[in-house]
Amino acid sequence: MANKVADSISREEYFYGHKACAGCGGSLAVRAALKVLGQNAVSVLPAGCMSAVGFNFPQLCFSNNSIISTFAGTASMLTGVEAGLRARGCKDFTAVGFAGDGGTADIGIQALSGAIDRNDNIIYICYDNEAYMNTGIQKSGLTPFGAKTTTTPAGANIHGNIRPKKNMFEIAAAHDIPYAATASVGYLPDFIAKVQKASQIQGTKYIHVIAPCPTGWGVAPDATVDIAKEVVDCGLWYLAEYENGSFKLNHKPKEFTDVAAYLKKQGRFRHLTDEDIQIITASRDKKWDYINKNFEL
Amino acid sequence: MSRKFLSGNEAFAEGIRLARPQVISAYPITPQTIVVERLSEMVEDGSLSAEYVHVESEHSALSCAIGASAAGARAFTATSSQGLLYMAECLYYAAGGRFPIVMMNADRSTALPWNIYGDQRDSLSQLDSGWIQSYAENAQEALDLALMSYRIAEDSRVQTPYMANLDGFVLTHTYETVDIPTREQADRFLPPYETDNRIDFENPKNMAFSAGPDTNYIFKYKAHKGLLAAAEVITETEKEFADIFGRHYTGLTENYLTDDADYIIVTLGSIAGLCRETADKLRGQGIKAGVVRIRYMRPFPNEEIAAVLKNVKAYAVLEKDISFGNEGTVFTNVNSALKKAGADVRGYNFIGGLGGRNISAADIEKIYTDIANGTDAVNFIGIGGGNNGK
Amino acid sequence: MRPYVREKTGFTFEEVPENTCFEAGYLTTVNSGWRSIRPVINAVECVGCEQCYLYCPDGVIAIQGGKAVIDYDFCKGCGICAKICKIGAIEMEAERK
Repeated sequence: MANKVADSISREEYFYGHKACAGCGGSLAVRAALKVLGQNAVSVLPAGCMSAVGFNFPQLCFSNNSIISTFAGTASMLTGVEAGLRARGCKDFTAVGFAGDGGTADIGIQALSGAIDRNDNIIYICYDNEAYMNTGIQKSGLTPFGAKTTTTPAGANIHGNIRPKKNMFEIAAAHDIPYAATASVGYLPDFIAKVQKASQIQGTKYIHVIAPCPTGWGVAPDATVDIAKEVVDCGLWYLAEYENGSFKLNHKPKEFTDVAAYLKKQGRFRHLTDEDIQIITASRDKKWDYINKNFEL
Repeated sequence: MSRKFLSGNEAFAEGIRLARPQVISAYPITPQTIVVERLSEMVEDGSLSAEYVHVESEHSALSCAIGASAAGARAFTATSSQGLLYMAECLYYAAGGRFPIVMMNADRSTALPWNIYGDQRDSLSQLDSGWIQSYAENAQEALDLALMSYRIAEDSRVQTPYMANLDGFVLTHTYETVDIPTREQADRFLPPYETDNRIDFENPKNMAFSAGPDTNYIFKYKAHKGLLAAAEVITETEKEFADIFGRHYTGLTENYLTDDADYIIVTLGSIAGLCRETADKLRGQGIKAGVVRIRYMRPFPNEEIAAVLKNVKAYAVLEKDISFGNEGTVFTNVNSALKKAGADVRGYNFIGGLGGRNISAADIEKIYTDIANGTDAVNFIGIGGGNNGK
Repeated sequence: MRPYVREKTGFTFEEVPENTCFEAGYLTTVNSGWRSIRPVINAVECVGCEQCYLYCPDGVIAIQGGKAVIDYDFCKGCGICAKICKIGAIEMEAERK
């Protein structure tokens, strides 16, 4: 029986033998994206989970050209790699960056904004596991409201992280970027299609993929794909694209699954009270009001 | 060859044009701005064929240059002061990755307080980062170093990034007549960049990786040896430079009236000219004064310094720098060179020019007098107040 | 070609590269020691739908002769494959030495 998605991407493994945790969502995202982009992809990864598990001399886990950047410098190194290869006359290659929360939304946001502003011909993929997982699950700009992290512990006084998730997809779109998209490893064919689409577009492309971390989220290693699907199904994440100046929603759940069920499955949310869950549900509804009014279907 | 009346910045830009960088990524900061402006004009008029990247910060400027170098392209950037400190993380990164990037640094005071004028605190604070560091005295040397820098940095024995320092305003913005080599001469002198340390589609590489306790030490040692190897390469390069361009340079140091000198001032950069004039004046009075201008602080000229200073009665290190809480950095390096050579010579440190404060001929003459009579180890020229620099 | 384990895993002073640039896909260790449970594919029931191959975070599943097979050197035993298999052809068993 043919699997169209499997047939549409390389059967090579470009990211292999790495030391990521069992069930790591981030490694699934990187693996899948590199199968789309192929042998001539050149990957730039900042300090973070994927570089830490993949590049420990002499255990080098990328079989195509890959390089680690400084933590803040993913996008700027990507710019330089692309410009340098082009200056040397190389034509058939894709410069792609894989950065986590910090490398994208916090310490790396300046360089990312600069790259989008210059419209450098690069693909920037944020694998979002919703905290600084590599250094031990500390809060990031992408940590959702209510999550327990090691720097936002959940106690009687404060119930974990009190700030909402930074909307990097819309921040990228606000630059009038040629192409931006949200994705999830729970909807892998959709993510793969978006990487394929991005690889055909000139200019800067931004893809934000939810990539659960079983260790940091407090779920079993085999739950990664299911929870990555459920975050979309309950409406706390949405699958959309920004292209040619307008937003398009790719997937509209007929009915959202239960937010409380999604949250309570995870160790990092187990402390939430009913009131916390109401706040989260209300903010989801408010966001979807906005989406329904402003995104095309 | 043509002759033009150019500022230090403009002369350096001419040298870079001839060096054919492939990627330029720099963020403007006074007093470096003229360099990046001139280079963008050269890209516009087609006389420089390079990718000019408008980066949004200094950290990104050097990070972009590292990416370009990792792609196998010749990369250039430029900065000063706050910008140099902002990209400091990337300095160590580039050096450890053995990327032969050339960076022009306009030596400028570091905040606080804020000050845009020239002193050498910024580059001297980064001596440990693993970069070759040169200090130009005049615009002609600046242009020539721009060309030589890539030749030295890219040599397979070296593979180390190169920081070319020009005194802020005093050199970057003052004008001289300079000889500009022809494109043909420059191409004969500087071949295109070739390396294995790059992205390769035939033999893919993993780069800029981690190394644990077993091997990290070895990587660092090899980087250190590469920087040391630059000394020999500098000598070879200057000889070939002289053959093609007719101008002779003297390696890591430049000595003036030092053979029989009793009293020598050791210094960096453009102040050396005033020091030589003062030495001439004192020679006229029968005082055996001499001047050593250190051209390269890294690799440090330990042997040259020890050889030239070992027989003097006293020496002074005049620098526009202070390592707070101790002494000037150049003095530390010079002192150590003598000690390593087993030479016991009276040495004194004179700090001046911080934040662009003027150093006069009278100040320099007083240095020679002070070291002849004996003074404190560390002296701040003309500071005023009760201690007056003691 | 996927990264693979090499014979030479130690590097002397001379062998450590001059710069931080080395052959891509050079492996010196396996990950099999991480497992406490391992997936076992029932080849008879497997229909070769390739879902397990697609969703494995470590890429250790390949399709050979229309059936899924696992590289146990690099399988970490996460269990995603067993969960994703719609027909239950993969079971997680205790790791035995």
